[in-house]
Amino acid sequence: MSKQLEQKLWFTICGAFAFFTIVALGLLLFSIIREGAHVISWSFITQPPQRNMTEGGVWPALVGTFYVASLTIIISVPVGIGAAIYLNEYATQGPLVRVIRMSIRNLAGVPSIVYGLFGLAIFASFLKIGVGLITAAITLAIMVLPWVITASEEALKSVPTSFREGGLALGATKWQTIRQLVLPSAIPGMATGSILGLARAAGETAPIILTGAAYFSRNLPTSLTDNFMALPYHLYILATQHAQASAVRPIAYGTALVLIMLVILLNMFAILLRNYYRKKNEVL
Amino acid sequence: MSLQHAEKEVNQEVEDLKIVNKETLTQKSFKSNTLDFLIEKMFFVFGSIAIFVLLLILFFLIREGSGAIREVGIMEFLTGTRWYPSSPQGAGYGALPFILGSLMVTTGALVIAIPWGIFTAIFIAEIAPRRVREILKPAVEVLAIFPSVVLGFIALVILSPIVANVFGLSNGLTALTASVILSVMALPTIISISEDSIKSVPKDYREAAYALGATRWETIKTITVPAAKSGIVAGVMLGFGRAVGETMTVLMAAGNAINMPITEFLGVTLPNFLTSVRTLTANIAIEGSDVPWGSLHYSSLFVIALILFVITFIVNLIADLLISRQRRKLTNE
Repeated sequence: MSKQLEQKLWFTICGAFAFFTIVALGLLLFSIIREGAHVISWSFITQPPQRNMTEGGVWPALVGTFYVASLTIIISVPVGIGAAIYLNEYATQGPLVRVIRMSIRNLAGVPSIVYGLFGLAIFASFLKIGVGLITAAITLAIMVLPWVITASEEALKSVPTSFREGGLALGATKWQTIRQLVLPSAIPGMATGSILGLARAAGETAPIILTGAAYFSRNLPTSLTDNFMALPYHLYILATQHAQASAVRPIAYGTALVLIMLVILLNMFAILLRNYYRKKNEVL
Repeated sequence: MSLQHAEKEVNQEVEDLKIVNKETLTQKSFKSNTLDFLIEKMFFVFGSIAIFVLLLILFFLIREGSGAIREVGIMEFLTGTRWYPSSPQGAGYGALPFILGSLMVTTGALVIAIPWGIFTAIFIAEIAPRRVREILKPAVEVLAIFPSVVLGFIALVILSPIVANVFGLSNGLTALTASVILSVMALPTIISISEDSIKSVPKDYREAAYALGATRWETIKTITVPAAKSGIVAGVMLGFGRAVGETMTVLMAAGNAINMPITEFLGVTLPNFLTSVRTLTANIAIEGSDVPWGSLHYSSLFVIALILFVITFIVNLIADLLISRQRRKLTNE
């Protein structure tokens, strides 16, 4: 076989696998949109499930997901930014920083269900908070922490060193320099990272099964220790736990589509934000 | 000789300057110095939180799981085949069916995802024209953010009937179904880490190969991919970690029957991919929400979580070492 032919053959094989990736994504999206699009309407979004979930919409699950994801971000972002500031601004390379970075990468690899069981053991059982919104949110916050730290550190890294040198040269202390020069230019990047963390928290199911998601609740949660409905858990219930599986199938498709749209929209928003600020910085 | 002398002198001057700078620059008011000191300490606390959390997770898993380990023994968990944790007489705590279930589903997923992921990564990094790459990269990103429960749902409603039809089974929720859908979950990890690794191979390597008359494919095959090998293996390891820890997709696709997923074929024991399996993760999700806190059953779930934690910890550690080795290798040479 000539070299050219061999190259053509292998390039085609690589291309076929890459093409198959697009096909897989297309099939996934298509199957959900085909069955789910006609289910979604304004009332599907704004109404609670009715008649044992065979009718009605996803409103309480949507609100529950919004609550738990927002709380997660409120808890994890300050801590994550703090950790990133230490790693990028204060820490000097050494064994301690290596161990910290190794821990962050390992935390990112811990299975989500293990976080759920950990949250159950420490917050619900040991600290006696019980299962509910706050327990689920703290558990998710710990789970997304590695992502928030990494994203915030990337944002800090993209701030030019000259900013810091300029501040220090003008006689500002290190903290003044960080607060008034470094952080303001890193905030867009950090916001992007936070929104990506929000999307991740919104789509996660396994930890909240153990820490407070409710099969069904008529009322929206009113306190931090209330149980809550959540979109991904709602989809799991509709798909596998409901007695009339075929009767709720259209609603399950609709729920899946709402969840995917939510996650993709959050990601698109984050990317647009990043691009907007990147362009703005280029002009400067 | 004189050059060395001059260099020494310059170095000495730089050192002197550093000392002077340090002395003059730190002569600020006492107040701002203490404030800065306290703030630095505060950020140190934030910075070390990752170590603290990791140790806290390990501590609580051991604390809650120690009861079951003392009572039942770790060997029963690792080698026992009967799992009847809440039965009053003849309770069994054998997690081997779950361990096999997890390993089978994960191995099956990797058999699909490794060639798929690596060839796609090669295509994106080395072959695709810019415009194609600009479609492929966002597609991989969207796959990466797909909520796992949605993938599980698709496995349940679309994939499992297909599997049942093709193999003539009454129930399509099998280890094979879970492997297929799980490969889609491991794919983005393998693609993005491998692609980064291939891209990090210096341009000189390729140019040297071209100059010696190698074709683009020969360069990829004999130069670029071997140079990126550690990173690619790390990507596969992280994909393995992601797949073995994944809960929702396998929970919805694998059927969750507690049995030994093996079959005898010509006197040889083989894994049976066409049977329903339950993974370590799925078992925690199924039994964790209504188990009485503090019971032996509750404690035994923490032992399962501990097994998972150890597996993913080792896998991540190896991936970490491989990635840093690759970085060292490519910067030193």
